[in-house]
Amino acid sequence: MRKPKLAVWKFASCDGCQLSLLDAEDELLAVAGAVEIANFPEASREVLPGPYQLSLVEGSITTPHDAERIQQVRSESEFLVTIGACATAGGIQALRNWADVAEFTRSVYATPEFIDTLDTSTAIADHVTVDFELRGCPINKGQLLEVVNAFLYGRRPDIPGYSVCIECKRRGTTCVMVADGTPCLGPVTQAGCGALCPAYHRGCYGCFGPAESANLPALISELRRLEVDDATLVRALRTYNAYAPEFRAASDELEVTG
Amino acid sequence: MTKRTIDVNYLARVEGEGSLSVTLDGDRITELEFGIFEPPRFFEAFLQGRHFTEVPDITARICGICPIGYQTSSVNAMEDACNTAVTPEIDALRRLIYCGEWIESHALHVFLLHAPDFLGYESAIHMAKDFPDEVEMGLRIKKIGNSIVEVVGGREIHPINTRVGGFYRAPTTRQLEALIPELEWGLDAALQTAGLVSGFTFPELDRDHLFVAMRHPDEYAIARGRVVSSRGLDITAHEYEDHFTEQHVARSNALHSLTADGQAYHVGPMARFNLNFEQLTPHAADAATRAGLAPPVTNPFRSIAVRAIEIILAFEEALRIVRHYRPPDPAAIEVTPRAGTGYGVSEAPRGLLYHRYRIDADGLIEQARIVPPTSQNQPTIEADLHDLISANLSMADDDLTWQCEQAIRNYDPCISCATHFLDLRINRG
Repeated sequence: MRKPKLAVWKFASCDGCQLSLLDAEDELLAVAGAVEIANFPEASREVLPGPYQLSLVEGSITTPHDAERIQQVRSESEFLVTIGACATAGGIQALRNWADVAEFTRSVYATPEFIDTLDTSTAIADHVTVDFELRGCPINKGQLLEVVNAFLYGRRPDIPGYSVCIECKRRGTTCVMVADGTPCLGPVTQAGCGALCPAYHRGCYGCFGPAESANLPALISELRRLEVDDATLVRALRTYNAYAPEFRAASDELEVTG
Repeated sequence: MTKRTIDVNYLARVEGEGSLSVTLDGDRITELEFGIFEPPRFFEAFLQGRHFTEVPDITARICGICPIGYQTSSVNAMEDACNTAVTPEIDALRRLIYCGEWIESHALHVFLLHAPDFLGYESAIHMAKDFPDEVEMGLRIKKIGNSIVEVVGGREIHPINTRVGGFYRAPTTRQLEALIPELEWGLDAALQTAGLVSGFTFPELDRDHLFVAMRHPDEYAIARGRVVSSRGLDITAHEYEDHFTEQHVARSNALHSLTADGQAYHVGPMARFNLNFEQLTPHAADAATRAGLAPPVTNPFRSIAVRAIEIILAFEEALRIVRHYRPPDPAAIEVTPRAGTGYGVSEAPRGLLYHRYRIDADGLIEQARIVPPTSQNQPTIEADLHDLISANLSMADDDLTWQCEQAIRNYDPCISCATHFLDLRINRG
């Protein structure tokens, strides 16, 4: 049987999520044995033509050129998986969506007319149909391997949508919010990191984006009780998954009422 | 002369996306552009208004390959702005996690990105068919680097434990001691690596480079120190912008750095090696001698061997720090914001990484400036390509194109940092 072709695509991002594949040091050669790595420029000069059975897409759409390129990627891909917060929610660069991009450009570049950029940074799913979204900033490489495996065996990936709180309990970490009064986004953030930050005595900062049925109003009232001011709350919700609908709505509401 | 055009779309095996376009009129290069088309992400703009304690987490997201570099330069800058000094124990832990990043990033580049060029393979995966032991060794070295970052930082990519003032939680002695067997194996493997890569064939490319790197009186500088050059410059981070400027050129979404008097300069492993050779650790110094490397190393194709030497150094330093480890207590110094400007530098795997922040009395960022190593190396990369093409005009297009790509990879350019697409084009008229 011919091995399925894998392609890895990059849009606006830090490279960290595709690096997760190269960081799977123990599994990399096995993956390369199970699929044909047909288009992965970070790893290989060789580019084989599509169609590709599995495309992993990193990064968000921020330029007119990329908005066209993602259409091409979609048309060449049978199964398209977005990896990481940039691809699934627009990433940290989606902070431009609340700003004047012309002003941003002027503050970074001496000759703004050289820069060709959109006013927004948006998720891949805002532009094309996405078959599966893998969250995280960065993604968890175990979850990435699960997605590749599930694809190979023709089943749905087993990626939980519950919150970081579940992982904290499982890890046996004392709740930093209840015990220490440390503000934490764990109750509204999707699991996947292994509840890292609370294990290091800091609050979760939401890098996996909103959990299933996240109750933002309940968390916000609890954080206010801990005397977190609204400006700080807005900043806390506006990081790597700022434009994920649940986080975005909550931060917009805080700005209006606050 | 027959007109020839070579198009190679997308430079591979770099972190990001850039382009090279070369036009030749007979034997004369009329145009040479190394461009960066990574979409702009505007970090310096959206950092404005953020709280100074958030900056290490945010700037880490500039680069998935060297987040420790960004975290370290930003905490150095914030502590400078707030006039806070950390303890020697915190300094040691910062150096340790940075050694992990050097090992991980250098092993990635040496084995997966650069060695295939020297051995004539499209990728390390192709190379693994003929050199399985070497590729597996490289992956294991890389994994050990990652495990240092993970133990100290929580995870390999965008670690969560670094904060302004120190760490959220210090690793236990037992956690670090558990690394020792793999670190010992890694040191041995790194010595083998240096032997292996120093036996490669290096294309000729020698130029007079202006090298710039950090220097510290007590150690081969990584996470702290002054900025020095091969022409006698010796300054603090505060004075950096008096001596180096950035220019915005049309072909690039990155900014190009030059010295104040308009010269290209070279940062990264070769600069560090040449400027701080006396401070190499014992095994690294021995391996350099055996590899025939002595300052000044001026052929950038030899950077792969210099990276191998730095992997050795990073293993020796990691072992030393782990063996003498005393957990910092407290894990972080409390830092109180005050209005002012802070400057921070550190040696990312690819070279000097400069940050400057102006903050207000509440600790909110008013202005941010970040100069990554790849912007600083861009003019030097172009100068190298110019010399390389001029000296090899008779070479067939495919070979010349590959050698140009290899020459760019000498700098392990991280185009995500500098902003990314390498579309290589040679037009011969």
